[in-house]
Amino acid sequence: MIKRIATCTALAVCLSHSTLVGAAATGSAENAFNPAFSLILSGTYASLRQDPALPATGFAMNPNPGHKQGFTLGESEMGISANIDPQFRGVATLALDPAGGVSVENAFVQTTALGEGLNLKFGRFFSGLGYLNEAHAHAWDFADQPLVYAALWENQLAEDGVQFKWLAPTETFIELGAEVGKGRGFPGTDRAKNGSGAGVVFAHIGGDIGIEQSWRAGASLHRTRAVDRESADVPDLSGNPVTNLFSGDSHTAGLDFVWKYAPNGNLRERYLKVQGEYFRRKESGDLTYDTAATGVTDTFSNTQSGFYLQSVYQFIPRWRMGARYDRLDSGVAQVGALNAGNVVSDYAFTPTRTTLMLDFSPSEFSRLRVQLAHDLSRQGLADTQFFVQYIMSLGAHGAHSY
Amino acid sequence: MKKILFALSMLVLSSQAHAALNVFVCEPEWAALTQELAGDKATLYTATGALQDPHRIEARPSLIAQARRANLVVCTGAELEVAWLPVVLRESGNNTVLPGSDGYFETAQFVTMLEVPTRLDRGEGDVHALGNPHIQTDPRNFLPVAEALGKRLAQLDPGNAAHYRQRLTAFNQQWRAAIAKWEAQAATLKGVAVVVQHKGFPYLSHWLGLNEVEALEPKPGMEPSAAHLAQVLATLQKQPARMVLRAAYQNERPSEWIAQRAHIAAVVLPYTVGGSDKVKDLYGLFDDTIARLLAGLQ
Repeated sequence: MIKRIATCTALAVCLSHSTLVGAAATGSAENAFNPAFSLILSGTYASLRQDPALPATGFAMNPNPGHKQGFTLGESEMGISANIDPQFRGVATLALDPAGGVSVENAFVQTTALGEGLNLKFGRFFSGLGYLNEAHAHAWDFADQPLVYAALWENQLAEDGVQFKWLAPTETFIELGAEVGKGRGFPGTDRAKNGSGAGVVFAHIGGDIGIEQSWRAGASLHRTRAVDRESADVPDLSGNPVTNLFSGDSHTAGLDFVWKYAPNGNLRERYLKVQGEYFRRKESGDLTYDTAATGVTDTFSNTQSGFYLQSVYQFIPRWRMGARYDRLDSGVAQVGALNAGNVVSDYAFTPTRTTLMLDFSPSEFSRLRVQLAHDLSRQGLADTQFFVQYIMSLGAHGAHSY
Repeated sequence: MKKILFALSMLVLSSQAHAALNVFVCEPEWAALTQELAGDKATLYTATGALQDPHRIEARPSLIAQARRANLVVCTGAELEVAWLPVVLRESGNNTVLPGSDGYFETAQFVTMLEVPTRLDRGEGDVHALGNPHIQTDPRNFLPVAEALGKRLAQLDPGNAAHYRQRLTAFNQQWRAAIAKWEAQAATLKGVAVVVQHKGFPYLSHWLGLNEVEALEPKPGMEPSAAHLAQVLATLQKQPARMVLRAAYQNERPSEWIAQRAHIAAVVLPYTVGGSDKVKDLYGLFDDTIARLLAGLQ
């Protein structure tokens, strides 16, 4: 034991020494080439009045990432990144699940040497659609994702595939991007086939207005195909929970914008951020009703949509408050004749949620947050949700995206 | 439609038409230096302003678009821009300005760094592994930087090499004369005890011989707390200082609080070009800095 401690101490000395030597670019030690390493520690206390397993009304066939009640350790997020060689940079983000196990959140390689405004990324990455989709959980302004992200993208769309981006050589920021991928996550299904299972195209435009304001707006399109996508506990017309299967095409269009303002452009003192996103998804194909019993299959098509609008205001250094409004529309489904007496086509309910947030960041590397939400996303089951959250980051000082 | 396309392409081309180099500069002081050395041969874009905390800039779309068009990026380095520049350069898809390439220039590499930490621990606040990055407060640091930057400009734009060489020689001469003038003016500042709000002035203090007795930030980058300010005040009662210094972009409250209670002058220094109305160029930066320090002695 004593021997082990001695080795550790020696190692620590060795490590700190190599950091200094590495910084001076004269190091020849192996670990001078160690990648940047960071770790995010986060945890939440949540108090909910309703069962978080209940989905928003009209969205039982969508994923419901929901919340966990009481004290919950969040996913510890481990980030490793470095240049691989003069052409490539590698990034991996591993999520350590508090229940055990490790999942690969991101693991991608991106080119650094293409030039001409071109960037190519391959591996597993968060899709470039929308504004919030690429942000990691620790950079969210609220303890949870907007309802539209939860219901339509299961919080975030991560794709296994290739992303191609081109930035125009103009003073105004104009970026075009396209992705092809497996389509493994909702709304697609992981299928054993050649070729691509999902495609995304997006465009971003942005700039500054004087030194105090900046903005970015975007539009995105996503298409994929679902095969035997299973949803359990979907209420049918008689009110019984059944398991359904859906196979068909899924097309989603999205619009997003963000606008930021800081007096003199000095973010340290005060700033205001306003952002909003809208997604609309049309799915059409076949629905198999109640797989446990009759299993009646007929055509099914539906258009779901939703948006959120939120604002965060840093009113004094280190302190921010925020408000968010969420709204979903479950659409009116076209149900084939065979299932007309089985499947609910119109829920006639509009899920909404209003959220308030206050957070305090003792330093750039730590943040404490309280959040209160009035959730009306489930018909007849109003919920008051209270969260306390901490987010801490250790290690390499990662640069953040806009 | 054709007309619009033509207008658009002219818009894109026109900015490159009259200058040889597009230079993306992180901080105003290096923009001013590049201006001195390049004259009309470079089109400059300055990413940050004098009223902005250079540690806390976002990788805004406008910055990414400007980096895409740059032939040369001039920044302080030493981790000052670590929170935003890597994203800007990566997203720009411009492989000619990546760290390590000829189109990337870090000024901090050419000066002797102060406050290089012997212990790298975030428990010490926002410390920079390579040393304190606020090197622009000592005019002597501009000499080696100008030498290297002048060479780099000539290397990237060999057609105008003679022009850059000539401007560098002229700058060197004028700058050395100006330093001698400032040092003479500031002779009375030697040994004067000062308090700093952020540890942003070690190079200035080192140059003029100011004696920094306290910092209002308990650790670099941490907001001054009431408890820490009270502690600083207690120290000042035993070990008095003449003035409290802060940069133009910093909040005035902590400085004013201390100044009132310790009965010392609160001095706002421009810190970089544009940091006060009088500071239009590098010469103005130090003229105004010295004038404000001397006024603080009164």
